[in-house]
Amino acid sequence: MQNQVQYVLRTVEERGVRFVQLWFTDVLGRHKAFHVTPAELEDALDDGMTFDGSAIDGFSRTRESDVLARPDLTTFQLLPWHAAGEGVARVFCDIVNTDGSVFEGCPRQQLRRVLSDAHGQGYTFYVAPELEYFYFSEVGGTSGPIPVDNGSYFDLLPDNAGSVLRRHTVLTLEEMGIGVEHAQHEDAPGQYEIDLRYTDALTMADHVMTTRHVIKELARQSGLVASFMPKPLSHEQGSGMHTHLSLWRGEENAFIGDGPYGLSTLAQQFIAGLVRHAPEITAVTNQWVNSYKRLVPGHEAPVNAAWSHHIPSSLVRVPTVKAGRMESTRLEYRAPDPAANPYLAFAVILAAGLKGIEGGYELPAEGESVTSLPRSLAEAVDLMEQSDLLHQTLGDHLVEWFLRNKREEWASYRSEVTPFEWARYLPLL
Amino acid sequence: MKDVLLIVPALDGPSRKAIELAGVTPTEVGSTKLNDIARCEPETGFDGAIVDATAVNFTDAMNLCRQLRQRERAISPIILILDRYQLDELTFREDLFDDFVVAPVDASELAARLHHRLRRAGHEGSTSLVEEGGLVLNLETYQATIDGRAMDLTYMEYELLRFLATNPQRVFTRETLLNRVWGYEYYGGARTVDVHIRRLRAKLGEENAHLIQTVRSVGYKFGGDREF
Repeated sequence: MQNQVQYVLRTVEERGVRFVQLWFTDVLGRHKAFHVTPAELEDALDDGMTFDGSAIDGFSRTRESDVLARPDLTTFQLLPWHAAGEGVARVFCDIVNTDGSVFEGCPRQQLRRVLSDAHGQGYTFYVAPELEYFYFSEVGGTSGPIPVDNGSYFDLLPDNAGSVLRRHTVLTLEEMGIGVEHAQHEDAPGQYEIDLRYTDALTMADHVMTTRHVIKELARQSGLVASFMPKPLSHEQGSGMHTHLSLWRGEENAFIGDGPYGLSTLAQQFIAGLVRHAPEITAVTNQWVNSYKRLVPGHEAPVNAAWSHHIPSSLVRVPTVKAGRMESTRLEYRAPDPAANPYLAFAVILAAGLKGIEGGYELPAEGESVTSLPRSLAEAVDLMEQSDLLHQTLGDHLVEWFLRNKREEWASYRSEVTPFEWARYLPLL
Repeated sequence: MKDVLLIVPALDGPSRKAIELAGVTPTEVGSTKLNDIARCEPETGFDGAIVDATAVNFTDAMNLCRQLRQRERAISPIILILDRYQLDELTFREDLFDDFVVAPVDASELAARLHHRLRRAGHEGSTSLVEEGGLVLNLETYQATIDGRAMDLTYMEYELLRFLATNPQRVFTRETLLNRVWGYEYYGGARTVDVHIRRLRAKLGEENAHLIQTVRSVGYKFGGDREF
């Protein structure tokens, strides 16, 4: 610990860092930060930063509301887009109560707890998400956002503004220690995808937070808007966060076995756990009203809880492993969208899979739909409320807050009259 | 390698804390006789001494300091602990010690003085720079440069690189690296090591990526030779 503090303080001094951002995440996965100067840093590192938790979504509690942001120094990192001599660094924080105990509303620690439990059973959980998102040249208009490479409206921007930006983003991520497997243009106009190279799930959740921030920040610097909204354009495919998963025991991939597609019994039970519990965890992996406009038939997004080898719209897919690369045996969970809270999403995905292993669940037939996924946030939230798995995994404090918040979101959505209704009903009714 | 410090006659609470803070290994000898001390001396000699003049006869303490200075394997630095009323006694004896603290001992003050004196004596200086190929690791400032360019490393990347670079040519398994660098309580697994090695190689650049070598079905080693 002392070494880590020394490392951070010396690096701040040697590299001319002027500000350190203390990053943390609220329950809905939104990025929050304090900014401290090097002069204040040592105190912040020693004692953490106290703040009023009731100001943050999901942190509010009935009585005492002060909480403490405590930096996790292993995540200290310079932000490469700031000029030398005016350096800015960031460090992720855990939120604790003022007496030092774990704060139940801190998503990062919820994930860490789930990972530690899995570790206690001998498992390490690795994930590799594929983040899809859009670049828009304008979002403020009444007719919806305008994709960057739909050049017909706007000739102001060169055609490849999106690709240039994506390339710059990938290089920046690499510089920050975030491995990018590949990046590509996606189906819809202005839609791009960045696939991250696997890491343990906590590091990856931090990486997802960082990646979303970098993508948005670099787009802003280019005068564009990047968005992770799950379904920003009505007739185009939405943005998902397909997540590749593997479970390891020491240096062995525990998913490798003699079953279909080279899967172990354990992997089959994990899949069975995912498909059985998918409906109840969907409120977490797809947490917005808009998320459910992506989960519709016709755009390769899953609508039913089924697994398969190649049907693209399956909820769980077993990707083909290249010959001689058995260790890359993995599953792909395709429901989540990139607007999820990655800490909670990875926690519930792991919990659902482990439940399948614990209960020795039977793998359903390939392609067979076990049940359908919730079709709206309202349905998803009801399923969440009844779920023992979610209460166990995330704790009552977090689940109750989440239900309250999401029901409010649904209520305000329900009372909105939309352009769809005007166009459809005004001429008729 | 930690510095080994001679302690006469014994540590008490604050001085034990200071030793911990300074990260040195103590050898306590409850005697002011040179022969007794020589029997406890490690092969490589003591790297310094703390003589507590409040716990032994003051004149014996001064004689011991003189002998430690004059013998063939002179010990330096020597730090004295003494009572305030003994301060006058130091006049004309300045050559017998390098530094002193007044009892009651403040642990962080003693640790800071120890640290400073050990550095001045060069016990740390020799290991604070690790150079190999284009890589320079400054263990003092926690900074790494490659071909003169600063490397942006996360703390764990720095620690992994430091561990490998300070143990060159030794092969470590993923499990060992995980335990030694990340610690036993870490919830991640051995694959984490691969991820970090890949990141480090990318940051070292193509020219220097060979500094970290994969030893097939064993693990990794640090070393300059290009033979695989």
